[in-house]
Amino acid sequence: MSTVHAATESHGDHSDLAAEDPHFGKATGGKIAMWMFIAQDGMSFGGLLFAYGILRATAQEWPVPAEVLGINLTAFATFLLICSSLTMVFAVLAAQEKNKASLVKWLGLTILGGIGFLGIQVYEYQHLVHNGVGFVNSSFEGEAINSLFGTTFYAVTGFHGLHVLSGVIYLICIFKGAVQGKYTQGGDSASPVELVGLFWHFVDLVWILVFTFIYLL
Amino acid sequence: MSGDHIHPEPTSFLSKYVFSHDHKVIAKQFMWFGLIWLGIGGIMAMMIRWQLANPGMPVPAIGEFLFPRTNGVLDPATYNTLFTMHGTIMIFLGLTPLMIGAFGNWCIPLMIGARDMIFPLLNMLSFWTVFVGGCVGFYSLFVPMGANEAGWTSYATLSTTVGAQGLGETLWAVAVFLIGASSIMGGINYMTTIIRLRAPGMTWGKLPLTVWALFLTSVLNVLFIPVIGSAMILLFLDRAVGTSFFTPASLMQGGGGGDPILYQHLFWIFGHPEVYILILPAWGFVCDLLSFFARKPAFGYRASVGAMTAVTVLSAVVYGHHMFTTGLSPMLGESFMLLTMIISVPAEILFFNWLHTLWKGNLRLEVPMLWAIGVIFVFGLGGLTGIYLATIGTDIFLHDTYFVVGHFHLTMAASALFGTFGALTFWFPKMFGRRMNQTLGKIHFWGTIVPLTFVFCLMFAMGYAGMPRRYFDHTSAEWLADLQHMNKMATHAAFLLGAVQLVFVYNFIKSRFWGPVAEENPWEVGTLDWSMPTPVPYYNFKEIPTVHTGPHEFSHPALGEDRDWIPMTEKLPT
Repeated sequence: MSTVHAATESHGDHSDLAAEDPHFGKATGGKIAMWMFIAQDGMSFGGLLFAYGILRATAQEWPVPAEVLGINLTAFATFLLICSSLTMVFAVLAAQEKNKASLVKWLGLTILGGIGFLGIQVYEYQHLVHNGVGFVNSSFEGEAINSLFGTTFYAVTGFHGLHVLSGVIYLICIFKGAVQGKYTQGGDSASPVELVGLFWHFVDLVWILVFTFIYLL
Repeated sequence: MSGDHIHPEPTSFLSKYVFSHDHKVIAKQFMWFGLIWLGIGGIMAMMIRWQLANPGMPVPAIGEFLFPRTNGVLDPATYNTLFTMHGTIMIFLGLTPLMIGAFGNWCIPLMIGARDMIFPLLNMLSFWTVFVGGCVGFYSLFVPMGANEAGWTSYATLSTTVGAQGLGETLWAVAVFLIGASSIMGGINYMTTIIRLRAPGMTWGKLPLTVWALFLTSVLNVLFIPVIGSAMILLFLDRAVGTSFFTPASLMQGGGGGDPILYQHLFWIFGHPEVYILILPAWGFVCDLLSFFARKPAFGYRASVGAMTAVTVLSAVVYGHHMFTTGLSPMLGESFMLLTMIISVPAEILFFNWLHTLWKGNLRLEVPMLWAIGVIFVFGLGGLTGIYLATIGTDIFLHDTYFVVGHFHLTMAASALFGTFGALTFWFPKMFGRRMNQTLGKIHFWGTIVPLTFVFCLMFAMGYAGMPRRYFDHTSAEWLADLQHMNKMATHAAFLLGAVQLVFVYNFIKSRFWGPVAEENPWEVGTLDWSMPTPVPYYNFKEIPTVHTGPHEFSHPALGEDRDWIPMTEKLPT
């Protein structure tokens, strides 16, 4: 039993099986599962955006989003999130180059980007509620507007915000491991950083769609 | 992340039987969970049938206990709850845990030669998530104003605060969300395991068809359950927070107002793949079982895989046929009708392959084989009647009648149930190391298929005569009074069907604990799961096997006289 254990362990993450299977690449189980998770998460965002599209297209009146929501601050938040994707790329590179100090630096910046985005979102929510865009009933400059404008806005951006929040928590867990030097030992040790990167890029990509559909169009 | 190496043996009771990471224990947890819910859903079906035959009469035996306020008589709200929860329970808590939870867990690692699922912890979480979902659903039966009354589809606005004020509907949405999350976890785990942990030599062309079917089921689970997840989020917000995504403006106070049809779109984008989620595993079991018990290679292995894959893809683009009568644009309707019709092509390919597998086979009519043949029969009946419902012209007349009820019970309910019984009786000796009684098994089979066919075929006739579904009391409508004798016949047959299930319960429990000890390979098949000792050790395979032959190499001429099968780990003699 122990010999079997040692034999498979020494090859590391399933690479022995992959080597004998010409029909499939060498992606780790974690990476395949993360892509599947991203596919299912994409479908749930798809469901919400589909609902948003139908509700907006069939509504009798719908305010101009840019007027009610304001673009500038959110554009900055978007920029911040895109920058955090870039720092995430550098973090993955650093892990693959076994550079612990660089990995910690870039991961830290990515986390800061995420927290900054969340902070702006909280501020934005407060600001909007104060201006009359409530979760159930909405008004703009004193006049009632289609309540679905507010409800779809909060449902979709809130669902995305929860993803950013879980991404930040996930990144903080990885950050702790990075400080301990877990992911800079070469070989497959960098793959958890790559996985969190996949998730983080997905959250960013979805935001580009959400920003376009909810704010810009 | 494990599954390719032997993990330490669990020692405490909790880690061994309750919070176990072992796929075999989790499979059994799913199995008992599903069987208990199947029983609850079945009792609900019996009460529905009682009401249809004897409206206004107290339910015998259990009525006084369940409905003391009305002296055992069903009131309309309770009746609505019963058919709603019957559907929800059978689909989400009965058949899904049994076929995908239990047999997905049992078959995948053992059949592909892996030591466990690739993510054992996720596997455990998947079971406990569905368990919590089941608890929420069960609790909803007892809240004030009762459980969900809006049908298993829970169409808005029946399901929004306009139609249902109680907590039951909200809890239903939470339960469906949790059960869906569990299925997604399972689906990701199953697919990754099949992709990554196949034993050396276990190529995609050598996978048992059960594993192929479970793989395709997982694809549908992972891609389409999230859509109902988002619908449940929106429904929950509508109910708990006061939004109006699914409530039209005419029913809302103040501005806004959403779109009830939107709910139907979101529901059926998931809902149609869901019926294939339920039928694909059954098809997989049938493909394998027919070959195992006809002692012949599965006819057209590649064509079967292709057909199941085609069905998986097509199932995503036909959901509109559930909405022909909602004011769908005729052009869209016709597209959906055409796509729906196209599904019958791969289904026919499967039928052709099944019949050809049987053709001139050395049939062993053991109990699992009977169930597999039963699937061909009931799915054939259900599938043929589906053509009437796929055609817009006839569907306009038949929709929302008992014709629809008969159709989907034969296709996705009876076929999936028969496939489950086939799998349960087939893998029982390996799961529990004992054999089930064959005579009782055959009584159970014949006692199930005959009344079941009778009940649902009567429903075709009643539906064709115009009897609407979900009516509390058909006798109150004069034009339906003539159908009452058919309702009574159907109820008598249904009670017989229900009573025969007790034979199965008795046989299952008695054999589980006191049945004769089974041989290691009683059915003489070559797949890897039957190459193991019984009980299967917690690490499954001491040495990961190397696969040389396909799963269905029966009666090969090179095998000689003494046996007609060969383990997948052996090479065919040349």
